[in-house]
Parts: sequence; structure tokens; C-alpha cells
Amino acid sequence: MPNLSRETFLNIIISLGLLVFPFIATAMDEPFYITLATRVAILSLAAVGLNLALGTGGLVSFGHAAFFGIGGYAMGILASHAQTYTPIFTWPFVIEGTNQMLIIWLVAIVMSGIAALFIGLLSLRTSGVYFIMITLAFAQMIYYFMISWPTYGGEDGLSIYVRNQFPGVNTLDPSSFFYICLALMFAGLGLSAMIKNSRFGAALQAARQNEERLAATGIRPFNIKLTAFVISGMITGLAGALMADLNRFVSPTMLSWHMSGEIMVLVILGGVGRLYGPVVGALIFIIFEFIFGGMTEFWQFYLGLVLLGVVLFARGGAIGLLAGKARHD
Amino acid sequence: MSTTLLFEQLLNGLQYGVTLFLMAAGLTLVFGVMGLINLAHGSLYMIGAFACAAVAAATGSFWLGLVASIVAAGFAGVLIEMFVIRRLYDRDHLDQVLATFALILILSEGCRMVFGSFPLYLDAPGFLAGPVTLFGGFQYSAYRLAIILVGGLVALGLYLLITKTRLGIRIRAGEADREMIAALGVNIATLYTIVFAIGAALAGFAGAMMGAIQSVQVGMGEPVLILAFVVIVIGGIGSIKGALIGSILVGVVDTLGRVTLPGFFNLFMDTAAANSVGAALSSMSIYVLMAVILIFKPEGLVSNNA
Amino acid sequence: MTDQTVLQIQNLNKNFGALKATDDVTLDLKKGEIHALIGPNGAGKSTLIKQICGQLSSDSGKVIFNGKDLAGMDVADRAKAGLGRTFQVSSLVMEFSALRNVMLAVQSKLGTSYRFFKNVRGDNNLTEPAMAALKRVNLEERAHIMTAELSHGERRQLEIAMALALDPKAFLLDEPMAGMGPEGSKKLIGFLDELRHEAPILLIEHDMDAVFSLADRISVLVYGRVIATGSVEDIRNNPAVREAYLGSAA
Ligand SMILES: Nc1ncnc2c1ncn2[C@@H]1O[C@H](COP(=O)(O)OP(=O)(O)O)[C@@H](O)[C@H]1O
Ligand SMILES: [Mg+2]
Repeated sequence: MPNLSRETFLNIIISLGLLVFPFIATAMDEPFYITLATRVAILSLAAVGLNLALGTGGLVSFGHAAFFGIGGYAMGILASHAQTYTPIFTWPFVIEGTNQMLIIWLVAIVMSGIAALFIGLLSLRTSGVYFIMITLAFAQMIYYFMISWPTYGGEDGLSIYVRNQFPGVNTLDPSSFFYICLALMFAGLGLSAMIKNSRFGAALQAARQNEERLAATGIRPFNIKLTAFVISGMITGLAGALMADLNRFVSPTMLSWHMSGEIMVLVILGGVGRLYGPVVGALIFIIFEFIFGGMTEFWQFYLGLVLLGVVLFARGGAIGLLAGKARHD
Repeated sequence: MSTTLLFEQLLNGLQYGVTLFLMAAGLTLVFGVMGLINLAHGSLYMIGAFACAAVAAATGSFWLGLVASIVAAGFAGVLIEMFVIRRLYDRDHLDQVLATFALILILSEGCRMVFGSFPLYLDAPGFLAGPVTLFGGFQYSAYRLAIILVGGLVALGLYLLITKTRLGIRIRAGEADREMIAALGVNIATLYTIVFAIGAALAGFAGAMMGAIQSVQVGMGEPVLILAFVVIVIGGIGSIKGALIGSILVGVVDTLGRVTLPGFFNLFMDTAAANSVGAALSSMSIYVLMAVILIFKPEGLVSNNA
Repeated sequence: MTDQTVLQIQNLNKNFGALKATDDVTLDLKKGEIHALIGPNGAGKSTLIKQICGQLSSDSGKVIFNGKDLAGMDVADRAKAGLGRTFQVSSLVMEFSALRNVMLAVQSKLGTSYRFFKNVRGDNNLTEPAMAALKRVNLEERAHIMTAELSHGERRQLEIAMALALDPKAFLLDEPMAGMGPEGSKKLIGFLDELRHEAPILLIEHDMDAVFSLADRISVLVYGRVIATGSVEDIRNNPAVREAYLGSAA
């Protein structure tokens, strides 16, 4: 491949940087940096999920915290039952908790997919501002539900004492867990790149740009958008399970609308619809939080200023600034 | 449950609905006229509450505080419109959402810098502090009753403003057709600033009134903002009448759900389980209401064909 | 109705408030023919197309296509059933190349858009039929140009290519020649002349030379009503048509 585009070059640099990062952090004797990098990988995955709906499909969901939180609670509920050796329920059949990541991920993906299906079925009947407000409202419904439901800690959330297990890997080692999360992030990126270039992706992009044309071509936009919304929710749900595992804690905060806003901000900071937009956005976000959060407790004030500046004056996001306008074929 | 309790809750729901209306009216006006979705509307509610609490603490007068809330929120509205919102009218909804989300971060944290993280307290004026006796010995909080009356008056005032005044005619013309009112020689930029400021002042006023019932703290506007969204989804975006109907509906359903659902589940569960299931489900009741309305009337109850 | 009838429109109505955009319209489209629909601006021609395609719901009346009532079918269903339409104002996916626009139609024709992994670039099942359709409208050299950068006339051609790629059982063309220029129009007339043997065409067109040279039958729509249907000769000599339409226009 001669002549790599600047964007591709940037993507490769970022990928390599993340791959070797634990060695750098270890060499610098800053193990905490590995936790930060793990957060970057997880938040990137969450944003990759949203980017599929938002960037590729043009679905401005302001409720993706719902899926992030459901993924988190899937982990929290399964692991807390495993921790206390109590079944989750016994009727009509017995379901036990588990501390196996693979099962937890599967449950997180399925549950957030089901939630996305229901929310999508209702909210995709509308568009524009209605869609934004309705996705926000349904996420808020789940948020209030978890706050007022005492079984799993209500407002206080759930703590898990030991990180969950992955066959053949010592997940208690921060680097190992980082590489698990990074692998899933790459898988998410690969999946979303593949989807974007597939027949489905073509239909989804057409649904964003010109629904009338897509329908006249014989493809029903509603079904395309709903499918994208569900896949998007599943990816973000998986990220939620990982985040809960990283923190060994899940609470309604993961479901709050600030979380929805944050995931959206990641996508925008990096550049909407760009493959690596979410990763760049998450990198900027975490670095920003780390630097400014260390200097002032009001760091979000400055985040707000930067975000406002990006929206008003730098609409292509960081990748737009570094690599120029998005290319289409 | 006794009828007095039920009646009291009904009034509480009405009071809540009236407050929601003050929020929703501004949101829906701004959307109807300028086509803008403003997440930072809740911050204006917060600004109103803080202004009221600060001025009331400094002067000892709730009434001065109330005036200050309207002035502060209205003034903040003018500034925000002129420096930020104005650049967003021609942008897509995504940009509007992000920019106004950024405004929330700036205003909330800014407020925290000035007032700190601890809640402020605001007392209702003395003569409204106790209960009043309504018919048949039924007692109800004088302050809440006052909110219902004042909110009702504001709703009426807003209706007269929109239907009877010159400004209202221009606002409605602006909803129908921007070019048309430009052709009529109305200064659109000023009109938009005024509409935004009216919405802001209403939100600030609502925040101040609620500040004496809840505590005044950073982030207090956000739950109300989201309920106001539910209200205008239910009522139909851009419609003041829809906002009024939606507000009352949401206020009453939410309040009644909280008191009746635990009792309902107690009929076939033990009390502890009924309380927790009832609490969890009642927190969802208005969203279920929204979902049902969406299924049957995706454009909202009062459709504007916008 | 004979078994030669492909599309049958019965007593179709559409009101916009007090305005009767289509008023009890009945007409049909037979195998192998071009049925031209003419009428002054605002007569309701585009509205009728939208009703047939399901883009606008009808207040009353029926659309029967290949013996099947289309009631309850949405735009996508009707396109799948074989109605290939073009828009009066080009409606395309602007950030796609011309080829990828047509590929979208091909993937619809092939049956499923729910393929998530295979890259569409280099998928010969999509690119070859799409290229063939572009070739038929002389657009193959512009295949890789972004639609937003195509000229107005080229977009009109692309609209037709997309309809062709669907391999429809009837074409509904809403002013395909508008803005094409004399050379392009001439080529298109030759093309449509042949196309009618693949599938019949309901043709809305303002260019009277084109209509008179192509049409097997003409219907005249005025204020939403069909005031006459007949052969080119019939319509030319129809006094009501001369009065209502040709009298003022020609
Ligand atoms: N969506 C609509 N709402 C209201 N009026 C419409 C709408 N679409 C078309 N019309 C009106 O219906 C009439 C017929 O329009 P149209 O079908 O586009 O005419 P034609 O294609 O014959 O020029 C016109 O008067 C037009 O203004
Ligand atoms: Mg027309």
C-alpha cells in the first residue's frame, strides 16, 4: 500500500502506542497509568458503539448510558451472586451468579441488546429532536429504576471484591486486564469498520443521508436503523461490563445522563464518523481529566469550554484538525 | 388510602405540574420559534434558585429574591443567547446538544466555584409557611397552593402574550416562517433574544419557587429538565398548550404513582416487597406514559405538524 | 382490465386541506406501453406518483399492481414489488459515488441488506450489475465521482440507472428530462423508446415533443382530475385539452 493517508498513519501510531503502553508505564514506574490506559480502551469501546449509531447512522442517541449501565449491572449482579453463593433466581429454573468474564460479557451484550431493541422500537418511530429527547428519557427511566430498586444497592451501587476471571489469564495483573480490554477495543473497531463497508453499512449510511431514497430503493430504513441501534447498544453494553470490572463497582452513575453526554463527547472530540474518532476522543478526555483534574476540582468547567470551542469552531474534531477532511469514495 | 390523602397528593401533583410547565414552556417556545434544543435550560432554573437564595439571605426578603431570580436568569439567558445559542440556529441538532451540554458543564461548575458544593436553604415567606385550611377542614401547604395559583396566572399570562400581543403575533409568525417575519421588517435577532430570555426567566422563576421546597444545589435543574423533555414529547414539540397538558399529566401521574403503587402491590405482596417494587415502578410511571403516547401519537397530544 | 394491464389506478384521491391535489384519478398502464401524464404545474402529477409509490397515503382509492392491491404496503414494499420510480427533484445519496448509489439498488434487488462483514467494494455481485446499469445511461465514466459533484443532468441519469438496477416491473418517471439539455434529452428519448419493452412506463414530462414522439397513450391532468385519456391524435384534437392546457401552453 503506497501512500498511506495521514489518518491511517495516525491510527497506526495510536494503535502501536497503546500496544506498548504497559511497558512504558512500567519503565516509568507509574502502574497507575495502566489503569488510565485501561479506561481509555474501555471508553473507546463504549464510544465505538455510539459512533456506529451516531456517526454512521446519524442517530443522535442521548441515552447510551442506558446500555453502558446495563452492561455494568450485568457484571455487578452476576458477580455479586457468585460472591455470596446465592442464586439470582430459583423459579422457573435456577440461575446462579458467575465470575467468568466470558459469560458476563455475553449476558451484558444480550441484555443491553434487548434494552436497545425496546428503546429503539419506540424512539425510532420519531426523528430529530424527538429522538434525542426520547432516548434521553428512556435512559433516565432505567437510571431512576436502579436508584429506587433496593435489591442491588439502589443509589449506593454494588461493590465486587475480586476482579472476575478469564481462562488462562491472571486478571488481577493490571497489564493483563488492560490487554483484554484493548483486544476488545480493537475487535470493536474492526467490527465497526467491517460493518461500515458492508451492505448493511451502505444501507445505514444511506439511511443517514437520504431515507427517502433508501426506501424508494426497496430497503426499509426503520429496520436498518433499528438493527444498527441494537448493535451499537450491545457494543456499549460490553464496555459497561468492562468498566464495572475495572472499578469493581457499579452504581446508577453509570446510567446517568452525564454518562450519555460523556460518551457522546468522546465521539465528537475525536471526530464524528471517523474510525478512530472514539479512541482519539477517549485519549483526549482521559489526558484532560488527568491533567486538569489534578490541578483543579473544577476541571469539568474547562472541559465545557473546550467542548464548546470544538463544537463552535472545530467541527471535524481532533482527527479533523490533524488529518484534514474525511475522505469518501 | 383516605380521600384527603388522595386529594392532597392530587394537589401536590398539580403543583409539580405547574412548575414543570414553567420549564417546558420556555423549552418548547425556543424549539418552536428557533428550532433549537437547549439542554442548558435546567441551568437557568438553577441560576434562578441560587440568585433567589443569595438575595433572600442577603436582604432577608424572599420577594426580592424572587425578583432577583427572574432578573438573573433572564439576563443570563440574554448573554447565553448572544454569545453561544445564536451560533447554533443553523447547526444540526447534534451540535446544539453538544454545545448546550458544554454550557451545562460550564454553568454547573461555575456555580460550584461561586457557591460551593453545599446546598443553600431558602425559606418560604412567613405568612405562607404554614398550612391553610381549605373546605371541610382539609389542610394544605399555603406555599404550594401559592405556587399553583402563581403558575396558573403565569400560564394565563403566557397565553395572552402569545395570542393577544404584538410580540406574540411576531413569535407565532416566527414559528410559521422566518423569512416572512424578516420581510415584515421585524428584527429577527432581537426577537430570538427576547424569546430566549423569556424562556430563561420562566425557568429561573420556577427554580426560585421550588428552591423553598427542595434544597438549592448544583445540578438541581437536571431532573426537572428531563421531565420537561418528557412533557414536551407528550404534549407535542412547539405547542404551549401541549406543554400545559403534558405538564399537568406528568405531575399528577408521577405524584399519584408514588403514593398509590406501593399500596397496590401490597394487595398481593408483603409490605417490604410491595414498597420496593412500588417505588421502583412508580419511578418509571411517567416514562411508561410517554411510551404509550408515543405508540399512539408519535407527534404528541397536540400536534403542530411542524 | 385485461391481463395486459400491469398497473391499475382506481379512483385515487388526495386532499391537502381544502386543495384537491388528486381528484378521483383512474388510469392504467399496459404491458409494453409508455403512458404519458401531462398537465400544467400544480396539476397533481407528482402527488399521484407519490401515492402510487406509497410515499403519500391516499384518502381513498386503490392501486393494483400485477393483480395485487398495494394497500397497506409501504414505500420499500412497493419498490420491492417492482415499482421503479425517479424523483422530480433528484433524490440521491450525496456522499456516495454514482456507482455506490446504484449498488444500493442492486443489493436491494439481490434480496438482503443484512450482510455485515463482506466489503461491498470489489463485491462483483454488486459492482457488475451496477456498472451495467450506469453504462445503459452513459454514466459509466462518472461511476467513481461523488454524487454531490455530478452535474444536474448526470444526477437525472443516475436516478434512471438506480431504477434500472431494481429491474422493476413498471417505471414511474417524474420529469426525467427536466434540465437535461437537448442532447441528453434526445438520447434519453431513444433510450425510453426501447425501455418500454422491458417494462411499461408512466411518464410525466413537460417536453411536448418528447411526449408526442414517445407516448402510446396520454392522460391529461388538470386540477387533480383526468380530463382526457387517449392516443396522441385524440389528445391533440381534444377540444377540452386544447382549452384547458394546450391552449395556454402551446
Ligand atoms: N405536501 C403537500 N402539502 C400541501 N400541498 C401540497 C403538498 N404537495 C403538493 N401540494 C400541492 O398539491 C398540488 C399538486 O402538486 P404536485 O403534485 O407537485 O403538482 P405537479 O407535479 O403536477 O406540478 C400543488 O398545488 C401543490 O402546491
Ligand atoms: Mg411535479
